[in-house]
Amino acid sequence: MSEQEHEHDGERRSIRCLVAKVGLDGHDRGAHVVARAFRDAGFEVIYSGLHNAPEEIVQATVQEDVDVLGISILSGAHNTLVPKIVDGLESYGAAEDTLVLVGGVIPEEDRPALFEAGVAAVFGPGTPIDETIDFVREHAPARGHDR
Amino acid sequence: MSDAGLHDADEALLERLLEGDHRALARAISRIEDRAPGYRGLVSALYGHTGNATVVGITGSPGAGKSTLVDKLAEHYRERGETVGVVAIDPSSPFSGGAVLGDRIRMASTVGDMDVFVRSMSARGRLGGLSSATADAVVAMDAFGKDRILVETVGAGQNEIDVVRTADTVVVLVPPGAGDTVQTLKAGILEIADCFVVNKADREGADRTVQELQEMLQVGAHGPGGDGGTSGFTAHDAGHHGVRGVAGHDSDPDGDDHLEEGWSPPVLETVATRGTGLSALLESLEDHRTYLERSGELAARRRARHGADIEALLRDDLGALVARELETVGGVDALAEAVADGRSDPYRLVDALVEPLERCLADEDVRDRAEGDLEALLE
Repeated sequence: MSEQEHEHDGERRSIRCLVAKVGLDGHDRGAHVVARAFRDAGFEVIYSGLHNAPEEIVQATVQEDVDVLGISILSGAHNTLVPKIVDGLESYGAAEDTLVLVGGVIPEEDRPALFEAGVAAVFGPGTPIDETIDFVREHAPARGHDR
Repeated sequence: MSDAGLHDADEALLERLLEGDHRALARAISRIEDRAPGYRGLVSALYGHTGNATVVGITGSPGAGKSTLVDKLAEHYRERGETVGVVAIDPSSPFSGGAVLGDRIRMASTVGDMDVFVRSMSARGRLGGLSSATADAVVAMDAFGKDRILVETVGAGQNEIDVVRTADTVVVLVPPGAGDTVQTLKAGILEIADCFVVNKADREGADRTVQELQEMLQVGAHGPGGDGGTSGFTAHDAGHHGVRGVAGHDSDPDGDDHLEEGWSPPVLETVATRGTGLSALLESLEDHRTYLERSGELAARRRARHGADIEALLRDDLGALVARELETVGGVDALAEAVADGRSDPYRLVDALVEPLERCLADEDVRDRAEGDLEALLE
């Protein structure tokens, strides 16, 4: 039994994550590693597959009602794609209680704008996977489930 | 004990869901999956708005092409202007409880179309409960107003078989050239299929698989009691889905024949990636629907399902009751230790644990009140 599950009153909560590849870059090794590690941490991971448009990511995030959206981008198009996704989430009222993370090669100077857009954290190459998992554990459950 | 009344927060959620807010549907399903406090009241309120969707279950071994087929079906329904809900179930890791749910990857035909609502679910390490969570999610989608609901699951074990039974029509996918797979299908899945689909029919061995399935179906239909069945497969399908008639060499399902003889599952061939054979499958699904309605089987199946739901809920609740009772006496470990060191044995301990419950149930005042409450609900 994983520690994410609270068994009182029969409640079975599990942290749900969408690991998404957006845009044209076809490098999904990182996304696979993260998806696998999240699973082993007891999370429920929905993997999007490659080459998703921002609208697809929004659709999946809303329908799956995930706690965490992890976007993996290695193409350099993060400045246009990420805000599109966050805007899409906002149009469904889903932005405020989704923890949005970005993984991949994100130059330092681009990060403030991403945080401004609503990204909670950026995990660059070489980030120990435990650091990401701990971050998710610490921040994901903060969202109330009664809205 | 959580009651079946509707909490205030859920009332707003229910309202938004019924108005067609997809996010509210998503959140309602989350509450159902989490068994969150008050979810019962929510599902209970949703029940009043159901009954309009047709529910098709699709099962088969991993890699049989379920997600691709579901995607194509969804695309087709959308072209006809119908709305679609999909519940895609993947097993979870028995070790971490985590899961990687990848079914969405293959559902690319309906991208960006909110009227195809795909929801992935895992077993979350629970043994039972998945089928009731699925059934409740289907209730939510039905109440939302989805015209077609597809439930997709790996046909691996009893749990998954229970899940797929939340559907009115069950499609079993079989990969070609899978002699061994056909053998393993005997374990309960053959009996629940209303329609067999040999997918990837362009691959070698497809014809043979179709033939094997047809033979197996004939044996199943002819061997009364299954004693003489050469394959050991029995014709005891009545316990699962009721009437099932003599299996002929069909593939030309004819509504009237089925009324007289019951339904014999057709064996179809598809290449889901290219959409080949899809129209024949859709036709079979419609035929089965007609059969269900005309024969009264639909009502019978739904009754059977509600019965199973009631029993499952009852077991859940009693299980929770017992778990709490165990907690109050210090947990199961303390008792296990008493057995281990010879102070007691499991039978005497369980007797002692159940005794107060039995005494409660035997109490006449309690009984009278409970029976009165029940009668009021049945009026």
